[in-house]
Amino acid sequence: MNHDPYSWGRPSNDTYGPYNYKIAHANNNQVEQTTHNFPKMNTQQPIITGTSVIASKFKNGVIMAADHVGSYGSLLRFNNIERLIKVGKETVVGISGDISDLQYIVRLLDELEIDEEVYDNDGGEYLRAPNVHEYLSRVLYNRRSKMNPLWNAIIVGGFNKDRTPFLKYVDLLGVTYHASTMATGFGSHLAIPLLRNLIPEDKDYVKVDEQQVSKAVEDSMRVLFYRDARSGENYSVVIIKLDENTGELSFQFIKDAKVQNQSWKFAGDIRGYGSSQQ
Amino acid sequence: MFRNNYDNDSVTYSPTGRLFQVEYALEAIKQGSAAVGLTSNDYVVLVALKRNAEELGSYQKKIIKIDDHMGVALAGLAPDARVLSNFLRKQAMQCKMVFNRPIQTYKAVLSIADKAQENTQSYGSRPYGVGLLIAGYDETGAHLFEFQPSGSVLEYFGAAIGARSQAARTYLERNLEEIKKCDDVEKLVLHGLYALRDTLSQDVELTFKNTSVSIVGKDQSFVSYDDENVQQWLDKLDSVSNARNRDGDDDEDGDEQEEGNATQAQEGEGTEAPAEDRMETDE
Repeated sequence: MNHDPYSWGRPSNDTYGPYNYKIAHANNNQVEQTTHNFPKMNTQQPIITGTSVIASKFKNGVIMAADHVGSYGSLLRFNNIERLIKVGKETVVGISGDISDLQYIVRLLDELEIDEEVYDNDGGEYLRAPNVHEYLSRVLYNRRSKMNPLWNAIIVGGFNKDRTPFLKYVDLLGVTYHASTMATGFGSHLAIPLLRNLIPEDKDYVKVDEQQVSKAVEDSMRVLFYRDARSGENYSVVIIKLDENTGELSFQFIKDAKVQNQSWKFAGDIRGYGSSQQ
Repeated sequence: MFRNNYDNDSVTYSPTGRLFQVEYALEAIKQGSAAVGLTSNDYVVLVALKRNAEELGSYQKKIIKIDDHMGVALAGLAPDARVLSNFLRKQAMQCKMVFNRPIQTYKAVLSIADKAQENTQSYGSRPYGVGLLIAGYDETGAHLFEFQPSGSVLEYFGAAIGARSQAARTYLERNLEEIKKCDDVEKLVLHGLYALRDTLSQDVELTFKNTSVSIVGKDQSFVSYDDENVQQWLDKLDSVSNARNRDGDDDEDGDEQEEGNATQAQEGEGTEAPAEDRMETDE
């Protein structure tokens, strides 16, 4: 038996002569022979990627942020990718990972929204964040079960039916979890510790207001820009909040946020890697 | 011989713009035994009269549960109702599975309406021969819909389908204000049973064998009462036989006549419905 990965399990050429692919694919002659030197393959790795999405709950809403970069490996190939998607009137979906899969997901979400409009009703039961999340988790789990995943990590933010803030994660494996502070990719290493300073435990989000959380998110985006080599300076922020007095909901989409107050002055004082003076 | 050239299939319009096959399907509903539905703010009640083919036979089930918050009552071809209710169940399960929420009543109803409509505009198929009363309770409250094989669905406070259903409708119309205000589900069921009682023909009365009651509403998932369990509701009635059976009250006769006239007028227009053609209904 041949143990070369490209012809695994096939009779050895030395003993039996070259493998005749026409026999194996006798009733499927449309397929080019060359493709069958390889087993069937699905996506093995993401190509154009988006880095972290970070999000947090606060007293009366949720906040989410993601930068505008689409990297092609280490090349910062695109700098105008919007990775926060508005779905319906009170849900935001933040997507990191493969950008072509992101665009596919945007189409699915658009379709979902159109379906919802077709069967429009007189208020009440519309598509909420938990429903969008459940749907996406089904799609992603289904795809990974076919060994053909959508290469993304997604955070869905919005409101529950009882008007409490909702934040939940789902990724290419179909793994889901919820927490009051949430991030994908580098963000889960760098931003989560900062956000958890503000909201140490899951239930503590009710003690935090919009201003505090905005600042923490701003700081997190700055730290990510400092330390994540695939991140960008420009980013978007979405703040969805419920006015507790009027019961009205506001969806704020800031598309031109920029990392501010960077400190680089100290860099001038750093010389060499050890003993070098001056 | 007089022959109608426009009723051979459901894709042919008559010169007056009617689809006879669809109208014949509606006729099949009238052959089925009666089902009544009514709503208050928080509850929907379905009651139905079951029929048995013969003394030794069982009674055909008339009420089908779809989900915890939804159920249907049928009149007409029971097999068609099974197909439609299975489809509804599938829709309900899909909504739970994919979106993690119970399906909205109007959405469910429109989904079978679209399904039924397709059968009225393609060659080789036939319209469904069943009418449904769909009861559901969702975030927007209690809802009762009537489904017809033509694909039309309308929402009602009270509705009745099946044989002699006009009498039940008359009862519901007369008591509409009272029914709407029923905070108590028990009163609502009684109104339903009174309405159903009015559809009874001579020398038939409501018994626990031939009556079905179901309720869905606020903090009340869909529940169906049959056989011994329905007796508790019948016990609350002053009488289980039709008013016409008890005394010579002319009141209901008027309605009966109206209904008769309407049917006649329709047939006069050249429908030529095969009058003796007994369809296999939910008897």
